[in-house]
Amino acid sequence: MTRDLRKPTIIRPFARPMTRRTLLQGAGALGAAGLILPGTMGAAHAEPRRGGTFRIGLGHGNTTDGYDPGLIDNLYAQVFAAARHNQLIEVAADGQLIPEIAESWESADGKTWVFRIREGVSFHSGKTVTVEDVIASLNHHRGDDATSAVKLFFNPVTEIRADGQNIVVTLDAPNGDFPYLMSDYHLAIMPGTDGRIDPTSTDGCGPYIVESFEPGVQASLNRNPNYWKADRGHFDRVEILAILDSAARLNALMTGQVDLIDQIDPATIGMLEARGVANILSIPGNAHYVFPMDSRAAPFNDNNVRLALKYAIDREDMVEKILGGHGAVSNDNPIGPANRYFHAEMEPKTFDPDRAKYYLRQAGLDSLDVSLHVADAAFSGAVDAGALYAETARQAGININLVREPNDGYWDNVWMQKPFCASYWGGRAVEDHMFTTGYASGAAWNDSFWEHERFNELLLKARSEVNEDLRREMYHEMQQIVSFEGAVVIPMNNNYVMATGLNIATPERISANWNLDGFRCVERWWMA
Amino acid sequence: MGWLYLALGITVAFGLAHLLRAALFRLAPVRWRGGLRGMPLTAAFGLMVIATYVVVAFAAPLLAPFPEREVVGAQFQPWGATHWLGTDRLGRDMASRLIYGARNTVGIAFATTALAFIVGSLLGLWAALRGGWLDQGLSRLVDALMAIPSLIFSLLLLTIFGTSVLTLILVIAAVDATRVYRIARSVAQGIVVMDYIEAARLRGEGSWYLIRREILPNALAPLVAEFGLRFCFVFLTISSLSFLGLGIQPPMADWGSMVRENATLITFGDITPLLPAGAIALLTVAVNFVVDWQLYRASGLREQAG
Amino acid sequence: MGALLRMILQRLALGVLTLFVVSVVIFGATELLPGDLASSLLGQAATPETVAALRRQLGLDLPAPVRYWNWLTGALQGDFGVSLANRRPISDMIAARLGNTIFLALYAAALAVPLALVLGILAALWRNSVFDRVSNAGALTAISFPEFFVAYILVLWLAQSGYFPSMVRISPVSTFADKIYMAFLPALTLTLVVTAHMMRMTRAAIINLMAQPYIEMARLKGLSPLRIVLRHALPNALAPIINVVALNLAYLITGVVVVEVVFVYPGLGQLMVDSVAKRDIAVVQAIALIFASAYVLLNLTADVLATLTNPRLMSKG
Repeated sequence: MTRDLRKPTIIRPFARPMTRRTLLQGAGALGAAGLILPGTMGAAHAEPRRGGTFRIGLGHGNTTDGYDPGLIDNLYAQVFAAARHNQLIEVAADGQLIPEIAESWESADGKTWVFRIREGVSFHSGKTVTVEDVIASLNHHRGDDATSAVKLFFNPVTEIRADGQNIVVTLDAPNGDFPYLMSDYHLAIMPGTDGRIDPTSTDGCGPYIVESFEPGVQASLNRNPNYWKADRGHFDRVEILAILDSAARLNALMTGQVDLIDQIDPATIGMLEARGVANILSIPGNAHYVFPMDSRAAPFNDNNVRLALKYAIDREDMVEKILGGHGAVSNDNPIGPANRYFHAEMEPKTFDPDRAKYYLRQAGLDSLDVSLHVADAAFSGAVDAGALYAETARQAGININLVREPNDGYWDNVWMQKPFCASYWGGRAVEDHMFTTGYASGAAWNDSFWEHERFNELLLKARSEVNEDLRREMYHEMQQIVSFEGAVVIPMNNNYVMATGLNIATPERISANWNLDGFRCVERWWMA
Repeated sequence: MGWLYLALGITVAFGLAHLLRAALFRLAPVRWRGGLRGMPLTAAFGLMVIATYVVVAFAAPLLAPFPEREVVGAQFQPWGATHWLGTDRLGRDMASRLIYGARNTVGIAFATTALAFIVGSLLGLWAALRGGWLDQGLSRLVDALMAIPSLIFSLLLLTIFGTSVLTLILVIAAVDATRVYRIARSVAQGIVVMDYIEAARLRGEGSWYLIRREILPNALAPLVAEFGLRFCFVFLTISSLSFLGLGIQPPMADWGSMVRENATLITFGDITPLLPAGAIALLTVAVNFVVDWQLYRASGLREQAG
Repeated sequence: MGALLRMILQRLALGVLTLFVVSVVIFGATELLPGDLASSLLGQAATPETVAALRRQLGLDLPAPVRYWNWLTGALQGDFGVSLANRRPISDMIAARLGNTIFLALYAAALAVPLALVLGILAALWRNSVFDRVSNAGALTAISFPEFFVAYILVLWLAQSGYFPSMVRISPVSTFADKIYMAFLPALTLTLVVTAHMMRMTRAAIINLMAQPYIEMARLKGLSPLRIVLRHALPNALAPIINVVALNLAYLITGVVVVEVVFVYPGLGQLMVDSVAKRDIAVVQAIALIFASAYVLLNLTADVLATLTNPRLMSKG
């Protein structure tokens, strides 16, 4: 019952440096190249071919899942949605924004955004996708009675109107990253009547048409014969199964009952590999595990205590044991190596009990007693990670009392309620987005309740800075501040790990923007 | 090869049990010998296992080569001289955790079952003795609670009250107590109509006296039998709860959770999870062998010749 | 017969009372859980105003007693309403799964009950023999492994080698033979889990009677031990055996969520656990009542059967 998606977000890993200018005019330049699968095709990555049934076994999916795109909250629902829906904009495997239902987009001032809607696309029902449908689809997430998880994206939106084949979105302040938000998986384009979509309908303009759906069990879909992307959606049929037990998923893959599984217990990755019946895909991204502290409460209000805790964790060991090596050490930095302005040259923090003790003394303490609240709902392996942390911290004179909380209700009862707990972030494509949602003073998900004057000042300045070098410098300084003065311990970046049967072929480049090739394995992969 | 070792192990165990029985018989005070005479080999085996577990539980810090929670090396090391049973997923010594697990697991299971029996049987006997509204009220409530699947009910309660060891013990005991209540009450109903109870009542004895001195001794046998099974079910409940994401507080070692933590490995034929599971199974069998023997004695049926 | 009928009616009335108490307990417990449907549906993306909007839409802003009353009046008219989480009619969601749950329970019972009776009778017949000890120890070992672990071992032996599927994918079009084949491993797992209890009770109930004078008499008449057990001891030992069988049947219906998870079997247990996690009270209530009814009816059936096999029990009330 883990909740995969705490925060709606977009990651843009491995993005090539972009100038502000290209960012603002996403279309033409990137659009043309977008539909060609990136990277060179090796022998194993031969031409995609049509046909076959793709059976996916996921460790997610509830009997309570529905069709409403605004309420998609787990990997099962995300992949199921990717199979039946398109958005305005797609994030390509290399992290670039490419056109989907929006053929192109531009803005002169970052405040008024014009999206040109593609013509000749039809829904599964046969109805043509119109500008009105798109507006109805976006308005589903907007307004007082909206119940969408991405309602906050639309808080700055003052108006959405049609203009011929265009839609025009007006914001109350400039935001160069607005197109990124429009690629969010919640923003499915669905047919509208009288300005509203029917959230209980399966109809969409995506690659597969729903044949049946039994929540928490399985969904069956058949290829959409009229799909507008000629070179996508290779399978004749897709079946998505909810297999919550990790051993059951492994068995299903090994006995050939499914072709793709997610969430593999790190302890078993090696053994699965040795069997030779599966390909293991391990995709590094910006996702990271984090232990936030309440910086308002003693003892975490003292930065020396926070530093002591940061030097009392063995990051290498944790990557090895919690991630099975499928990840990388993080230097308490929410910005990942896939980000544009990632600061790689910060002084690394190794496990150093003496240094931790030194900082404790600086805080006027001989020893420290804190409670760390964990549950595997925070991230898979969180309880084990807490146990490891407690072990290493003990050597630094820090006594971490580990409290295992129930998975059920973790995000309501523990996260942002207890002063020291476990959490995770999917990472953000854009530095500003990451800092604004998680670290700016007063941000809704500032889970360390952290306030830093210089940081907040830099954040505002960087948003409007045009000079690339200055901007880089600012973001580097912000990362430095978070790492050494922030109230979060970020020990590691976790890879997305999945395994496929030998009968499945993938493009050479797999997106690190979300799991399972940005949820789009259903339309990007094919039968070998 | 595995079967050979198993057969060898069982033979040795029963050989030891035989010796133990002989030794007990020699050493026991004369007035106990009568009771020990009929002891079957299985019961001796059971006693031996239980005694071993108790010793291990109490002497865990002396016996275990490493501390319970300390990370001593790399994860999943093979069996060897330093780490007899290898290391677990965090690099903790497996043998030490099994040994400490005896203390935690048996301790928790005993506390839980004892609590469930004290509460359940006292209420059950009291209800049977008093009858009337008290009996009706309690029995209907217990009926309703028993009609809720126990695992799901425990899940609900633990989510509400948190998962410290204390709440774990209280919640499982509360759920188990309903089962005990039912048995105790139905057994006691057969007893309270007896003449000697009536006689005691006429003497003016109070409820507590009647329960303690007259009813309990006569209702003990079925309660003991139930105790044997309930005791072992506690491990399973903890294990199932950890399957559903609740359970014991880490880094405490407990066999039920250890089975769960390592269970996926069995998919690849790795026998690590069999160790804690085997430890539970051995104790279950041992406890019930002893319980069977006691029941047999209580039932008044003697061993047939041969 | 009049007395029996009166007993049945009285017990049914008590059963309704039990169901009422269950519904209150479950409603209260679900209310006490942290968070509610609105916040759990929105996950961590929830902001105070979206949660408030969703709460209004779902009617969660009403006080708890009012919501309970609304639910109760609906349920009494046979209307369990729609799932608040995905707006599907609850009766639809439950119907298919109830069928699956009952199928698996009957399947497991069909394997376990005869097995337990035969083993129990043989163990009583040859009591204290090696057979008795080994079957006893084997049964105890089987119940002392957690269910999911038994399942994993069976999958390792019987599924990885390709004999049986490791997960159950039944659909409305599956034939009966298909279902029997696909659900074999979960049924076998449950068989191993419940056999020990029934077997031990059978053995104990029979042995308990063996010291009775009339058995002694039969033995003196020179009847064969098997005949004594089957014709003289078993009929009188039926009452406790029927009781324990009923108890285990109830368990097979209500308590198998772990086995459902491991074999991806779409039964009611999983639906209930999911609905608890989502705080979808209407679904939780409906399933809790089904489970409670199964429990009440099975117990009643057991008592009626026990009374029929041994009319003396009637006077016990």
